Amino acid sequence: MSIPLADLVTILPECLVVLAACVLFVLDPVMPASKKDFLAWMCVGTLVVCFFITAAGMGEKTFAFSNLVVVDSYASFWKLLLYVVSGMTILLSIGYLKEERIDLAEFYGFIMLSLTGMMIMVSGSDLLVIYLGIELMSISLYIMCGFKRFEAKSIEASAKYFILGAFSSGLLLYGISLIFGAAGSTQLVEIAAAVNARGLDDPLVLIAMMLIIVGFAFKVAAVPFHMWTPDVYQGAPTTVTAFMAVASKAASFAAFLRVLLEGFGGVKPNWSGLILGMCILTLILGNIVAIVQTNIKRMLAYSSIAHAGYALIGVVVAGWMGTGAGVASAGVSSIMLYLAIYSFMTMGAFAMVAILRRGGLEGEELDDFTGLAKRHKGAAFLMMLFMISLAGIPPTAGFIGKFYLFMAAVNAGLTWLAVVGLVFAAVSAFYYLRVVMVMYMREPSSEQELETRLALSPTAMVVLAFAVAGVVFLGVYPGPLVSIATSSALPLP
Amino acid sequence: MDVPVEYYLALSGLVFLIGLVGVLVRRNIIIILLSIELMLNATNINFVAFSSYLGNLAGQVFVFFALTVAAAEVAVGLAIIIALYRHHESINVDDFSLLKW
Repeated sequence: MSIPLADLVTILPECLVVLAACVLFVLDPVMPASKKDFLAWMCVGTLVVCFFITAAGMGEKTFAFSNLVVVDSYASFWKLLLYVVSGMTILLSIGYLKEERIDLAEFYGFIMLSLTGMMIMVSGSDLLVIYLGIELMSISLYIMCGFKRFEAKSIEASAKYFILGAFSSGLLLYGISLIFGAAGSTQLVEIAAAVNARGLDDPLVLIAMMLIIVGFAFKVAAVPFHMWTPDVYQGAPTTVTAFMAVASKAASFAAFLRVLLEGFGGVKPNWSGLILGMCILTLILGNIVAIVQTNIKRMLAYSSIAHAGYALIGVVVAGWMGTGAGVASAGVSSIMLYLAIYSFMTMGAFAMVAILRRGGLEGEELDDFTGLAKRHKGAAFLMMLFMISLAGIPPTAGFIGKFYLFMAAVNAGLTWLAVVGLVFAAVSAFYYLRVVMVMYMREPSSEQELETRLALSPTAMVVLAFAVAGVVFLGVYPGPLVSIATSSALPLP
Repeated sequence: MDVPVEYYLALSGLVFLIGLVGVLVRRNIIIILLSIELMLNATNINFVAFSSYLGNLAGQVFVFFALTVAAAEVAVGLAIIIALYRHHESINVDDFSLLKW
């Protein structure tokens, strides 16, 4: 048996990323400690190369490995986003890991492996491949969460993430096994055929669909399957938190949408009703509980739950009964747009948390931001920009993302859902703007002046520049991204 | 004599439920890990049963992948639990309360 060369060319970016990870794991023990940064730069270089390969192949639709893998513009869009986010995480980590004294190069290897899992997830057209992608992503993330191994909080976060992550994959896998029984295959195309033929009256299909939705709901942190998120986001090293909040959420949404639309497209009204319930619960809980948080990382965790709720509006629109193909695909493209924008602003906010230090620790409490504007004008201004964008206030990118989502909902006849989203966006402004208020209106105590400082490495500045550019540029001139998202939205059944 | 596929489904459903309840009610983290393994193995029973019922080998291939992934997951999981034990001197999940659970 031999593997056709054409198939390997199709998954060239995945091969390159794995190769970089393997080279890194081999070189890590033999490199002198002072040269470890070189390995990080090697990963960034690989990502740049992959970015161009994927961008060049955008617009084509290629199947590989007897239809196990598909590379279409939908997958390419997500991959491009994932490269950017991973690159930003690595650049941010170079300074952060030194500051935290966990300067081990294998960290970058795990980011690359996790990225591979995400890339496999977004371009899998078979549940087996998607499952393997999810596991590769998750197992790498379990390890990365516990990277501060001398700190009890980090290990505890890692253990909680592991238990709930493995539990949710168990549910997902059981769903896959049942749908295999109904369809005789794990390919999404054949599952769609079986679902169309049998409908939800078949208990096998019904239970399988529920379990698969629950499994993915855990991964995207939708209420009521969100309980791991705040604990894990708070305990994990901040750059890992940023990576989880952004990349793993984006990849999970991508795979979730593909499975729902390509596999379960025949029973659209049924799952969109189910997800509507989850969406509203997520919006309510994420935004309300975020108000009472005093730890910024925990607040951003609830904010990321809330943002998953907004993105779920797009999923509901994509499956809503009676919507035309144009509106439904606007639902899909608005999720893509939203998560791309969300990535930049969330990455920026976590980067600020990562570089603000108090004593030997991270400045992750709301209190550490008190009077930041008096001491570090630039940092306070950037944080304000990210907070305004997260709240969705124009002219930032966050507004554009919410605008397109709510427009899609209105066009689908779900005006009331857009209103609910709008109300909770207003609620969210309260806790985002509280950070701004604390930074600008309160006086820092004298010990705070002495203790807090910015650990601003040159690479962290690059990350902040990227994040600001994304937030401002996409807010003022969203045209190009909107058209890319529209043209690469998943073709609907 | 052939065993009908429904029997296998009932067995795997039962094993899966035992695992599910185990994860939710037990407080010992090792037992929770074992319960997750039960859930994964219930899946494998399903795959093999359907594979033989449908005459389709893809199910058995899936089992190999699922086993491999489960092994990798347990390796990482046990490492995390050991690290956790070093910090807390306990494997009871009620003791892990630095972060609000």
